[in-house]
Amino acid sequence: MAPQSRPSARFRSSDVVDFVIVGSGAAGGIIAKELSTAGHTVVVLEQGPRLSERQFDHDEFGTFMRGHNINDPATQPHTFRTKPQETAQRRQVLVYGRLVGGSNAHFTGNFWRMRPSDFNEASRLGGVPGTGLVDWPLTYEELEPYYTKAEWELGVSGEPGPFDPPRSRPYPMPPLPVKSSGVLLERGARALGLHPQPSQMAINSRTYNGRPACQHCGFCLIFMCEFRAKSTSMAVMLPLAEGTGRCEVRPDSYVAQVEVGPNGRATGVTYFDGQKRMQRQRARAVVVCANGSETPRLLLNSASSRFPQGLANSSGVVGKYLMFNTYFEVNAQFEQPLNEFKSVQNTRMVLDFYETDPKRGFYGGGGIDARFGKYPITFALEGLPRGAPTWGEGFARQLAHQFTRTMAFGCHGTSLPLETNNITLDPTLKDAWGLPCNRVTYTDHPDDLKNAKFLAGHATDIAHGAGALAVWSAPVIAQTLAVHLLGTCRMGNDPRTSVVDRYHRTHDVRNLFICDGSSMVTSSRGQPTETISALAFRAGEHIADFAKRGEI
Amino acid sequence: MTDFHARRAFLKAAVAAGAAWATADLFEVEDALAFASQQASAAVAAQSRTLTAAQMEIVSALTSRILPAVDGRPGAAEAGAVYFIDRALGTFNAAQQPLYTEGIADLNRRAQAKVAGAASFAALPAAQQDEVIRNIEATPFFQAVRLDTIVGTFALPSWGGNRDYMGWHLLGLEHQMSFQAPFGYYDAEVNRRN
Repeated sequence: MAPQSRPSARFRSSDVVDFVIVGSGAAGGIIAKELSTAGHTVVVLEQGPRLSERQFDHDEFGTFMRGHNINDPATQPHTFRTKPQETAQRRQVLVYGRLVGGSNAHFTGNFWRMRPSDFNEASRLGGVPGTGLVDWPLTYEELEPYYTKAEWELGVSGEPGPFDPPRSRPYPMPPLPVKSSGVLLERGARALGLHPQPSQMAINSRTYNGRPACQHCGFCLIFMCEFRAKSTSMAVMLPLAEGTGRCEVRPDSYVAQVEVGPNGRATGVTYFDGQKRMQRQRARAVVVCANGSETPRLLLNSASSRFPQGLANSSGVVGKYLMFNTYFEVNAQFEQPLNEFKSVQNTRMVLDFYETDPKRGFYGGGGIDARFGKYPITFALEGLPRGAPTWGEGFARQLAHQFTRTMAFGCHGTSLPLETNNITLDPTLKDAWGLPCNRVTYTDHPDDLKNAKFLAGHATDIAHGAGALAVWSAPVIAQTLAVHLLGTCRMGNDPRTSVVDRYHRTHDVRNLFICDGSSMVTSSRGQPTETISALAFRAGEHIADFAKRGEI
Repeated sequence: MTDFHARRAFLKAAVAAGAAWATADLFEVEDALAFASQQASAAVAAQSRTLTAAQMEIVSALTSRILPAVDGRPGAAEAGAVYFIDRALGTFNAAQQPLYTEGIADLNRRAQAKVAGAASFAALPAAQQDEVIRNIEATPFFQAVRLDTIVGTFALPSWGGNRDYMGWHLLGLEHQMSFQAPFGYYDAEVNRRN
């Protein structure tokens, strides 16, 4: 029987549930599962619709160009500027999944742990002047059991690489079969003395917990998996949460404010239902998992006379230290067909450049993977090297010849946390529900761009080492599009400089918790999802313990 | 292959893969898909909605020069990109209707300046069409038609073009819901060994 047809709890608006969770993505789904299996009643509010596998498609135009399943710039826009001195202009910079399952429902499946060094880089490096780089209030050793839990409860395919951090259990599944791009990355990397390894993916390489193995259809990136072979909150966690009979996932619910009572405690949230009618869900505690852009917006939109700067914002840090990760591609053409349109997006990667090396002269590090570059429309628009014909017989011949022979090397890098990269409320722009919109101020730190160029240089060398006939890339410039939304409600021990404590409880409101990309103190090396998942498992466990002990 | 066939293939693959949900209401799903498929093909078979027949002919000729049929492969005209363009101009791309109307008229003026008495741009031989295009390559009209030709050739058939996935065939992209390794030339050896 399909999980969505299992009996799931239904609560009335007059019910006071134990927890209301805002957002159903990587973190929200996991916390819903943890709290409901611990015996609590839970309502998960999701702004997007609920789709079933039968409604998924491979619609590149709809998804990339018409805003299907993502935040809609027509009804919920934001504005953008690179510096506070500029007037922000309406522009879509932030992209996230808008459906039950969140961005996690359509993510590519890359599942990297952070390393011990990620958690204390600031003290090891002596800081980076002019930035907000600080240590995490957690160590890798504290989070390790939850990385393991995430890998086994969700389902991850991989094998340890030469630089991997210590792990308490092996990967639950072997790596997915290597693609031609992976073989070529191995060839090029080995020629340079590097250490390629299988990509670690939250995608089944065999049947796992009743879900089938990947069928290699080729539409992972920004598409949902029809087979449930992708190990997501949508496929794994939400069905378990609803299966308890104590959790209701309520789609088409656009949260407006977290409400706070006269005693300074959160009493629930107000939200617009699918007919734009204002509703209220009361709860004993509120957990916000709405992503690194919507979480700070919700807190700022929940300002009151008691919390004039926004809820849980006595530090003034809500919305600050936004981090995107850098992502740039090096493209390569080969003599024979690779057929990268088949199977998962990437199967091999190089993590030799993960650590910051002060000898390079800049902060940062990252990874390089070998991947399917572009779906058909994007390939026809920008998949050929500069100087290639743009129309006519030559254009048609090159498209036909090169689509199967082209791949990309994805370069995933760090973003330094900067106070000046942030989310605030736009002074004038309102969304279709009348709520103030986000204003994004962002420009990559010079070190982030130096690191991105450094990685792209190595990717270029790998491509040549692999025997590519042509290698090219777009210039590395400050980014203006982001799908990784991190750092805007950072975790820390000091209430003056952070929003949540090491257990994801807000410093200011005892029964308000936040867990998603916004909790991250540093950016990871470009693949934050496993860390968000591990944080959510850890947060869920601690929040359930607090509830049991009457400490909420 | 139509969307309907692709979805059937998907369902078949899903059942083979052991996805229990796929069998639950297979017939209901197939009915829904069959209906959607009829609607989609009816839309394509119908005449234009927004452009006139003469305008359709000219835009189709232009799409054919942007992405011509070569080496026995279909091009944008065979894939019916013009039907996507026509539907888009009648709906979400209505703002570009004036750009198209004026651009088409300009193309005809240029065609007639080149060949006295030419009925329209579509009536010129391909080489002369290309000469006309080279003079308008940088115009917003040509850039819009180029973008729309690409989208109309490669977007899912449900958007009105890419008839029978001809655009994807052009690229060598097989639309299947299930593949097995080896996938390409360079992984053949290692995947046959494993």
